[in-house]
Amino acid sequence: MYGKGLRPLSIATVAAIVASFSLVFFYAPLDADQGFIQKIFYLHVPLAIVALVGFVIGGVFAIAHLRSGNSRWDAYSYVSIHMSVIFGVAVLITGSIWAKASWGHWWVWDEPTLVSFLIVFLMYATYYPFRYAIEDRDQQARYASVFAIVAGAFVPLNFMAVRMAQSLVHPRVFATANGGLPGSMMLTFLVSLLAIGLLWVTLVKFELTAKSASGQVKRLRRALDAPAPGGRSRVAPEVG
Amino acid sequence: MTPSRAAFAAILGKDLRAELRTLQSLPAMVLFAVTTFVIFRFGLDRTSLSGSLAAGVLWVTVLFAAILGINRLFVTEREEGGFDAIRLAPIDRSALFAAKASALLVYLLALELVVVPVFAVFFLDSAAALPPLALVLLLADLGLAATGTLISSMAVNSRARDLLAPLVLLPLVVPLSIAATGAIEPLLALGGPGYHRFGTWLAVLGLYDLIFLLVGYAVFDFLLED
Repeated sequence: MYGKGLRPLSIATVAAIVASFSLVFFYAPLDADQGFIQKIFYLHVPLAIVALVGFVIGGVFAIAHLRSGNSRWDAYSYVSIHMSVIFGVAVLITGSIWAKASWGHWWVWDEPTLVSFLIVFLMYATYYPFRYAIEDRDQQARYASVFAIVAGAFVPLNFMAVRMAQSLVHPRVFATANGGLPGSMMLTFLVSLLAIGLLWVTLVKFELTAKSASGQVKRLRRALDAPAPGGRSRVAPEVG
Repeated sequence: MTPSRAAFAAILGKDLRAELRTLQSLPAMVLFAVTTFVIFRFGLDRTSLSGSLAAGVLWVTVLFAAILGINRLFVTEREEGGFDAIRLAPIDRSALFAAKASALLVYLLALELVVVPVFAVFFLDSAAALPPLALVLLLADLGLAATGTLISSMAVNSRARDLLAPLVLLPLVVPLSIAATGAIEPLLALGGPGYHRFGTWLAVLGLYDLIFLLVGYAVFDFLLED
């Protein structure tokens, strides 16, 4: 059930990534002051945007879980946050490389977006010890959903507070996506964003499929041990 | 009095009475904070503090002392079956959230009532900054009480209780810490209190309080379901 459409989605993702990398390396112009290293922008910024959107999506699924009580939404929420945390590691690494190349330091405390992202990442990193410290399965799902909602409310507040903590606004070396980018860079950026977004969706779908399959295997094993009449055809993915 | 108001008053009264009789949390929090000041005196090797250093020492000490209280906030509920009693009682579950957050707020205010004067005696040259400082701390305590109650009520039902509350709470209060220290820093500046961006930081603190009180109120029901 969860594996449906996985193959075309994967092919589309691979095609989008190939297209985005070709555009990055052969089409987009070299940045005037940054040169070649600026191309990491096409990886770093889409990763960051997709990770943050993924965190928010995890919160929305958590609301759906609490409202309906259906554990399927909890699995969606878990996998969304899980994948965004993994993307978050990539964001911090690429951001660090970019900072080293353009500012000469691996970590820069006066770049608010980077610092905010670190704090958000640390917040979501506590999702795992939090979730797995709770034994009862229903309670675990409920508490994890509450965590996802609280953390979702925390993300914009945190970005605001960190930005305001800058005593003088750091000159923004690169304009954000909607301001000041030449057309060819903008196109490359949008294709990269699409590719990374598709990658996220595909990986989420893969993990849900894997969890659903392993849940099904567990249930079948249990059914073998204690045969019961009737079986369920649709198996919700299990987080564990 | 409506039933949930009566429940709120009863739970809050029970908590404060229990704390007064057993003195489980507050004395430990105060002692911890004062000892931490002494540690900072030698760790930083400074006999007087001002500006950002003073703001940081004061806020970090209060925050870590608060975590001691937050860890213990729901322990009796869990050990003596208070959660089951609340579940059985025909009252609004948010009454428990409101009462527990208020109890935590009272603990924090009592803590600061003792610890801030001690801090002033230890490290500050004048007491002129204390009235505006009290306002900042009140707003910060409100946010800390909301998030602390929410996290504590979840952590207490887990395997790794004392570990989990600080782990989850610390990143969650980063915006609160930024705003609180941002407002305190000019207040404790050398040469008299300043009010650089004071209103802005108070607004951020107020926004944080509002958001997490509302979120806590909205989600607390789900934490008590069984």
